[in-house]
Amino acid sequence: MKKILLSSIIIIIGITFIGRLSYLQIFSFSPDQVLEDPAIKAIYDYPERGYIYDRNGKLLVGNDPAYDVMVIPREVKPLDTLEFCSLLDIDIEKFRKQLRRARIYSPRLPSVLVHQLSKEDYARLQEKMRRYPGFYIQKRSLRYYDMKAGANVLGYISEVNERDLRKNPYYVQGELTGRTGVEKVYEDTLRGRKGVQYIQKDRFNRDIGKYKDGLLDVQPVQGKEISLTIDKDLQEYGELLMNGKWGGVVAIEPTSGEILTMISGPTYDPSLLVGRKRSANYSKLHYDSISKPTFDRSISFEKSPGSPFKAINALIALQEGAITPSTTFTCYHGFYIGRNKKGCHCGGGTRRLNDGIYKSCNAYFVGAYKKLFEQFDSNAKAMDVWEKHVRSFGLGSYLGSDLHTGRPGSVPSTALYNKWYGEGDSRWSAVTTYSNAIGQGEVNVTPIQLANMTAAIANRGFYYTPHILKKVDGEDISDPKFVKPKYTTIDKRHFEPVIQGMAEVYKRGTAQYIQVPDIEIAGKTGTVENFMVIDTVRTQLTDNSVFVAFAPVDKPKIAIAVYIQNGYYGARYAGHIASLLIEKYLKGEITRKDLEKRMLERTLESEYAKPYSGEEFKINEYDWSKHAIKPEKEKDTISSR
Amino acid sequence: MVGKSLLKRLDWLSVFIYLALLAIGWVNIYSSTFTDTDASIFDFGTLHGKQLFFIGASFVSIIIIMALEAGFYERFSSLLYVIAMVLLLGLFPFGKTIAGATSWYDLGFINLQPSELAKAATALALAKYLSDIQTDIKRRKDQLYAFLVLLIPAILIVPQPDPGSAMVFFAMAFVIFREGLPLYYLGIFLLAILIFVATLMFGTIWVGISLALLIILFLLLKKKTFKVPIFPMASVVVVAILFSLSVNFVFNNVFEQRHRDRFSLWLRLEKDPAKLEKIRKTIGYNTYQSEKAIESGGFFGKGFLEGTRTKGDFVPEQHSDYIFTTIGEEWGFVGTTTVVLLFTLLLLRLVYLAERQKNPFSRMYGYGVISILFVHYFVNIGMVIGLLPTVGIPLPFSSYGGSSMLGFTALLFIFLKLDSNRLKEGF
Repeated sequence: MKKILLSSIIIIIGITFIGRLSYLQIFSFSPDQVLEDPAIKAIYDYPERGYIYDRNGKLLVGNDPAYDVMVIPREVKPLDTLEFCSLLDIDIEKFRKQLRRARIYSPRLPSVLVHQLSKEDYARLQEKMRRYPGFYIQKRSLRYYDMKAGANVLGYISEVNERDLRKNPYYVQGELTGRTGVEKVYEDTLRGRKGVQYIQKDRFNRDIGKYKDGLLDVQPVQGKEISLTIDKDLQEYGELLMNGKWGGVVAIEPTSGEILTMISGPTYDPSLLVGRKRSANYSKLHYDSISKPTFDRSISFEKSPGSPFKAINALIALQEGAITPSTTFTCYHGFYIGRNKKGCHCGGGTRRLNDGIYKSCNAYFVGAYKKLFEQFDSNAKAMDVWEKHVRSFGLGSYLGSDLHTGRPGSVPSTALYNKWYGEGDSRWSAVTTYSNAIGQGEVNVTPIQLANMTAAIANRGFYYTPHILKKVDGEDISDPKFVKPKYTTIDKRHFEPVIQGMAEVYKRGTAQYIQVPDIEIAGKTGTVENFMVIDTVRTQLTDNSVFVAFAPVDKPKIAIAVYIQNGYYGARYAGHIASLLIEKYLKGEITRKDLEKRMLERTLESEYAKPYSGEEFKINEYDWSKHAIKPEKEKDTISSR
Repeated sequence: MVGKSLLKRLDWLSVFIYLALLAIGWVNIYSSTFTDTDASIFDFGTLHGKQLFFIGASFVSIIIIMALEAGFYERFSSLLYVIAMVLLLGLFPFGKTIAGATSWYDLGFINLQPSELAKAATALALAKYLSDIQTDIKRRKDQLYAFLVLLIPAILIVPQPDPGSAMVFFAMAFVIFREGLPLYYLGIFLLAILIFVATLMFGTIWVGISLALLIILFLLLKKKTFKVPIFPMASVVVVAILFSLSVNFVFNNVFEQRHRDRFSLWLRLEKDPAKLEKIRKTIGYNTYQSEKAIESGGFFGKGFLEGTRTKGDFVPEQHSDYIFTTIGEEWGFVGTTTVVLLFTLLLLRLVYLAERQKNPFSRMYGYGVISILFVHYFVNIGMVIGLLPTVGIPLPFSSYGGSSMLGFTALLFIFLKLDSNRLKEGF
C-alpha cells in the first residue's frame, strides 16, 4: 500500500498541476495586446493636422505651435523655486500645487506643469530649461484660425472622450479629434495617422530598448490639406451683415452644388475654442440656451419656408397640368376657406402666374393648389403626387451633404393626414391642407434646403448635392455623390415662366427696392408667421423674414437662401442681406453703401428680448428706428457677431 | 571493462530526463537574462554563461561520482553528513549575506550554498542510519534518532534565514514512513494541517461542529459488533479542538504580518475583493505577476526570447525560483505541461528504481532522493502557479544556481550509481 501511495501522490500532483495550468493558459488565457501589455510602452509621433483653405486658396485654418512645460517629479532636483516661478511667470503656491498633483498622478511619468506658453515665453525659457532637471518643454500643435468667421462650418477639435475611445480604437487618451463641422467630417483626412514606436519596459517603467527591434513600429502619415467650397470673403462679410440677427444664410453655386457660404447667427469667433481659455469659453457658449450660438441654424433650423415655397407649388401645378401660365384666379384681398376669409397682401384683382408670384398672392396659390387636387380621383392620390414632386427638390431629407449635422425638415404625406383626420376623401382635402399652398403649415425646411431648392430652380430642374469639400491635397473631389446631378420631377419647360415671375419680384414685386444695379436677379420673398410658447400661452412673435434668390437669371452663379428670425417681412432683412451678398459675390464690392450700412448696424436684439421681457409686446412693428443700434458699448464678442 | 558495464547498467531514462530539464532550464535562463547586447553564450559574466559553467561542473562531478566505488557512499555517508553540518555551522561566523540570508560561502569566483549539498548528505546519512542492522524503526528511540538526523540540518538552516530549504529536510520523513513508521503519524500530521487550514477559513466553531458530525456519522454507520473506543476517541476530539483554538492564537500572535498575508492570500481569507486585490498586488506581487505572465503565454506561448513580461523583468527572480514563469510565458501550455510530465516521469521512474533495489541502503537513499526532488518540484511549481503560498526554493535542474545544480546532480547520480551497482550487491 505504501508503495502505491507515493506513486499515486506523484500522479495526482501532476494532474493537479496540469489542470491548473490549463485553467490559466487555456481557459483564462488573455493574450497580451501590445497596448495592454504592461511591459510595452507606445510612444506616439503625431503628424501635423492638415491646413484648411477656402475655394480661392486663402488660408482658413492653420496650426500654431504651443509649448507646455512638463515635469517628471522623480527627476526633479532641489531648485530655486522663486527664480523658477518668476521665469515661468506663475506664483509659487500654484507651482507647488501642480507639482504635488503631478507626483500623485505618477512620479515617473510626465505631467503638464504649465499649459501653452506663448512663443515669446518659449524663446526666453528654452535656453534656461536645462538648468532645471526634471522639467522640459513639450511642443504641441494647436489650431490657428485665419478667419474670425465660419465657426459653424469649420467646427473645432477637442480631446477624445470615453465614447470616442470606445467607438474608434485608433484613439488614445489625450488625443484630439474633430468635434463638429469640417474638422469632424474630414477628421481622418486632416488628422493623418500617428506614428508609433513600441518600447520594451522593465517593471520600474524604465525603457530597456525597442520592442521586437521596431518590427511593429509605424511611421506617421501626414494629414492632408483640404480646400473648402466656402468663399472666405463672402463668409466674413455675411457674418458681419448678420450682426445681431438670428437665423441662417446659405449660398450655393448651382452649377456645382458647392456651398459658397453657410452662416448661422449668432455665431462666435472660432479661436475662442483654442488655447488656455477654451473651457471657460465653451461653457459660456454651450450654456447660452436662448441665443444658442453653437446651434448651426444654417443647417439645423427647421421652419416653414413661407412664400418661396409657392414657386414649387407653381411648378407642380404646371407639371400636372392643373394650370397654365395664363390661368387666372381672383383675389378678393384674400380668399375663403369655407366661411372663413383669409387675408392677402397682394392688393387684390385677377392674378396670373407671373404676378401671382411677384406679388406673392395667397389667393392665387391656394386656387392653384385646389385645382391640382381636382386633377386626381382622390385627395390621397393628389397628396402622393404633390409629395413626390416636393421631395424631388431635396426637401424633407438630409440631402446627403458632407456636413456634420443637419435636420431633414418635413414634408407632409397622405399617411400624416390620414393619421390626423382619418382615411377617406370626406375626412380631408385641399381645403384642409391649404397652408401647404403658401408654404406655411406642415412643410418645414432648413436654410440649406431652401438654398438647394433655389439652386434646382436656377438650374431649371436639377441640383448637385450641396457639399463643402472642394479639394484634397490640391486634387478636385470626384465623389459621384457630389458631381452627378440629381433631377427633379418637373420638366425643364415649366421653369421658365416661374423664373420669369421670380425675376419680376425684383423688377416690380416685393423686392423692387433692393435691386442690385447691373445684375439680374430672380428671387422670392417670404414672410412667415411664427409662434412661441411663453408661460404656456401660445404667443405670436414678429414674422420671420425669408428670402431666396439666384443670379444672374440666365447663367446662375449663386443661389442663396436667407432666413432671419423675427425680421418681419421678407424683403426687409432677408432680402437686404441676400441682395448684398449677391452683389459682393458677383461684383466683389458693394455699390449701395447706405443699404450696407443699415444692415451692418441694425440689430434685432430688442426683438429677441421681447418674449423674455415678461411684459406685453407688439409684433411686426414697422418702424425701422425701433431696430436702431444701441448706444455703442463694449459688446460681448460671442453674441454680437 | 568496468566503464562499459557501467554505461550499460546506467538508467538512461533518468539521465535523459535530467538532461532535458537541464536544457530547458538553461534556454529559459538565457531568455530571462537576455539583454540584446549580443554577448556570447560563453560569456561567464552573464548569468546564462555562469549557468553553462555550472552545467559543465556538474558533468565533471557526474564523472567523479560514477568513478567512485558504490560502497564508498554507504561507508562514508556519516562523514559526509558531519562535513555538511560543519559547513552549515561555519556559516554563522564565515557566511556571506546575500539578499538578507546568510547562506553562502564566498569562494571568490563563485558562492557556495552548503544547504544544497547538505540535502544529499542528509539523505545518505538517513539511509545509512535506517539501514543499520541495529536500527528498529518500531522503537520510539530509533524513530527519534531518525528524526534527529533530519532535524539537525533544518535547525541549522532556519536561522539563516531559509525556512524553505529547512522544510525540505522534513520531507525526507517520508523515507522513515516507507521503512515502517506507522502511518498514523502521517495521519495526525495531515489532520493537524487540515484543522489548521479549516480553522483559519471557517473558525473553531465550525471545526468543532464538523468533528461532532463526523463522529455521529461514524457511530450511526459502524457495525453493531464494533466496540467503540470511547476514551481515545474523546481525547482525539478534545485535542483537536484545543489545537484549533490555539491556531488562532498562533496565527495572530506568533506569526508575523507577512506570514499572515501570505496565508490570507493563499486561502482567500480576505473577503473584501478590493483588499484582496491590494494584497495580490503587494504581498502577492510575485505570484500575481507570475500567474499573469504564465496566463499570457496561452497554449503555444509567445516564443523564445519573445516574452515581454520576462524581458521587462516583471517577475523577480525569474531566472532562479521563478524560471517556470518564463517557460509558461514563452513556451505556453505545451512547455509547462512538458516540464510537469518530465518531473512526473522522473519521479515515477525513481520510485520504480528504488523499489527494485536489493540493498536496503540504496532503496532508502532512493526514497530520500525522491522526497527531496518531489518537494522541490511540488512546492516550486505550486507556488509559481498560485496554488501554494510563496516559499523560495528552486526548481531542480532548471533554476539558476551553481550550488543547487551541483547538489541535485550529486543527489541523483549517486543514486543512479548505486542502482547501476545493484546486481553486484549480493556478492
